[in-house]
Amino acid sequence: MLWETIRLAIQAIFRNTMRSFLTVLGIVIGVAAVIAMVTVGQGSTDQVTADVEKLGTNVVMVLPGQDTMQGGPGGTADPMFTLRINDTVEAEIADVALSAPISQSRARAIFGNESRRTDIVGTDNRYFEAARWDLHRGRFFDPADLQSGKSVCVIGETVRESLFGYADPVGETIRIKTLSCEVVGLTKSKGASTFGSDQDDFVIMPIKTFHRRIAGNTDVTTLFLSVRDGASVEEAMDDITLLMRDLRRIGRGEEDDFEVLDMKQFATMLSGITDILTGLLSAVAAVSLLVGGIGIMNIMLVSVTERTREIGIRLAIGAQARQVLMQFLVEAIILSLIGGLLGIALGLGLAILGANWLSIPFTPDPLIILLAFGFSALVGIVFGYFPARRAARLDPIEALRHE
Amino acid sequence: MAEPPLIDLIDISRVYGTGEIAVHALDGINLTIEKGEFIAIMGPSGSGKSTAMNVIGCLDSPTSGQYRFNGIEVAGLSQDQRALLRRHYLGFVFQGYNLLPRTTALHNVELPLIYKGMRLAERHAAAAQALAKVGLAERIYHDPSELSGGQQQRVAIARALVGNPQVILADEPTGNLDTKTSVEIMEMLLKLNRDEGLTIIMVTHEADMADYADRLIWMVDGRIERDTRKAEAA
Ligand SMILES: Nc1ncnc2c1ncn2[C@@H]1O[C@H](COP(=O)(O)OP(=O)(O)OP(=O)(O)O)[C@@H](O)[C@H]1O
Ligand SMILES: [Mg+2]
Repeated sequence: MLWETIRLAIQAIFRNTMRSFLTVLGIVIGVAAVIAMVTVGQGSTDQVTADVEKLGTNVVMVLPGQDTMQGGPGGTADPMFTLRINDTVEAEIADVALSAPISQSRARAIFGNESRRTDIVGTDNRYFEAARWDLHRGRFFDPADLQSGKSVCVIGETVRESLFGYADPVGETIRIKTLSCEVVGLTKSKGASTFGSDQDDFVIMPIKTFHRRIAGNTDVTTLFLSVRDGASVEEAMDDITLLMRDLRRIGRGEEDDFEVLDMKQFATMLSGITDILTGLLSAVAAVSLLVGGIGIMNIMLVSVTERTREIGIRLAIGAQARQVLMQFLVEAIILSLIGGLLGIALGLGLAILGANWLSIPFTPDPLIILLAFGFSALVGIVFGYFPARRAARLDPIEALRHE
Repeated sequence: MAEPPLIDLIDISRVYGTGEIAVHALDGINLTIEKGEFIAIMGPSGSGKSTAMNVIGCLDSPTSGQYRFNGIEVAGLSQDQRALLRRHYLGFVFQGYNLLPRTTALHNVELPLIYKGMRLAERHAAAAQALAKVGLAERIYHDPSELSGGQQQRVAIARALVGNPQVILADEPTGNLDTKTSVEIMEMLLKLNRDEGLTIIMVTHEADMADYADRLIWMVDGRIERDTRKAEAA
């Protein structure tokens, strides 16, 4: 009997192709939108987490000035750091494994006819270690490079591509401002960060070289620290703050003139942004669900007259109200299951495309799929069944007379 | 021992609304119908013809009075039981045909058999046979929209008789049809009455159509004013 009901429902669905198609379309769009949006949102959150982990959760940065996250460094009147401060921090705080001094500016790097504006960074080998850079070719700096401030540099993949194409840059000489420096190393590519900023776009040279030939002063703009494995990043940050206040002679009650940041704060900030993104996407998805639902309701309302008469006819020829209802219910469920399945397929397809396009991982969430599926069933039942139930409660005569 | 009459209405009233605005659509009807009769009900508009048909067809319940169908008291039956009564003993033909749109003649005629729980193959055979009986053997896969009014009404008649009912209730079955087609429909009903012993109760506004019946009931204001048999009238 149930099988017969299902067969009849499928027949009825195909008899009213247009109505069925529109109903299914609404569900397909709604379900697909939710699955695609949420999956892409989840993927970008995963990407942020992965990025932060790649950089290392034990990395701490010290920047001069306050609220550098909002204003960005450089625009502040607060004094810069020095090499002495960097080495003192590394030596005095037990939990700090190493601290790399960083000075940087932007300038054009030139090789032959090619050039590229890029980040020019002065630091030493401690930075490569703390930031987890690996070599693709050549070498990092040797002690002689660092001590005498030789004109050598390590470049990132993006700079290599711009200046050398696919050729080996090691041994070539590039020019930055008045400085000619020999490329001794090429780092392994890290690719784009979550927000598209290119992590491989830099030229790194010994900090002494940078100070002398590029900056013309001995400022250190950033301390890039790595906290010892197993040590608490938070405690290390407290220690760093205390020591820095001491070294910079900040009196009691005075504000810090520097900022200590760790990757967790970065992560919080970044995932805050992706949360907003996910929220926006979900809102869009919710709207399309709503639109889909309204579409279904419209179609159902339009067909209510026709369906009411149909119910009247069926009752008159001897159907019992519950038999008619069962038929309508099965019809609604089958329709929304078809819509739900198509929607899931389409949604996952869109999510794969989106993930590819944004180069983020594709991590479908079974819970969301289940939810979307449940929702489509609900929509089908609510919009397909309840109008029918109302009609089936009518007198057969009234249902027949319905215009 | 005498069999109970097929249909026995005793002092049936049907009142719409209450108090001042109450409408007595049926006002104390007494009517007995035996198996095999062909009855025409006539009367001015609003005299209660359709209401009477609905009560007889167990689509509507009287406000007061007794209705026995084959000796069974219908007033005591639930909605579902009345549906069963309709399913097994009654067939309806409406003025507006009331076929399912976008549904073949065959499937329309099959419909009552589905609720009788008949299997697909049997259903098809019975529906095709009923359609052949009304002269539509060639049209079984046509949708209502592809059929003329007369053809649609014939599909409706096939649907009414496919379940082997005892009574066919036809409320103005020729109301939407031209004279020639109306005559065809009437000949068909007459044949079903004569050949298969089907009891037919029909409402009509046309004296020509009523002439096909053996018995004429004339209603005015919810009452039966005249009840004449052809033999007497002649
Ligand atoms: N659902 C209803 N609610 C209120 N009054 C009704 C209802 N149905 C019928 N009536 C009233 O009952 C009376 C009888 O109606 P009925 O439809 O039986 O007339 P009829 O003889 O079939 O008329 P016609 O020849 O126009 O079809 C009318 O006065 C009508 O207005
Ligand atoms: Mg009427």
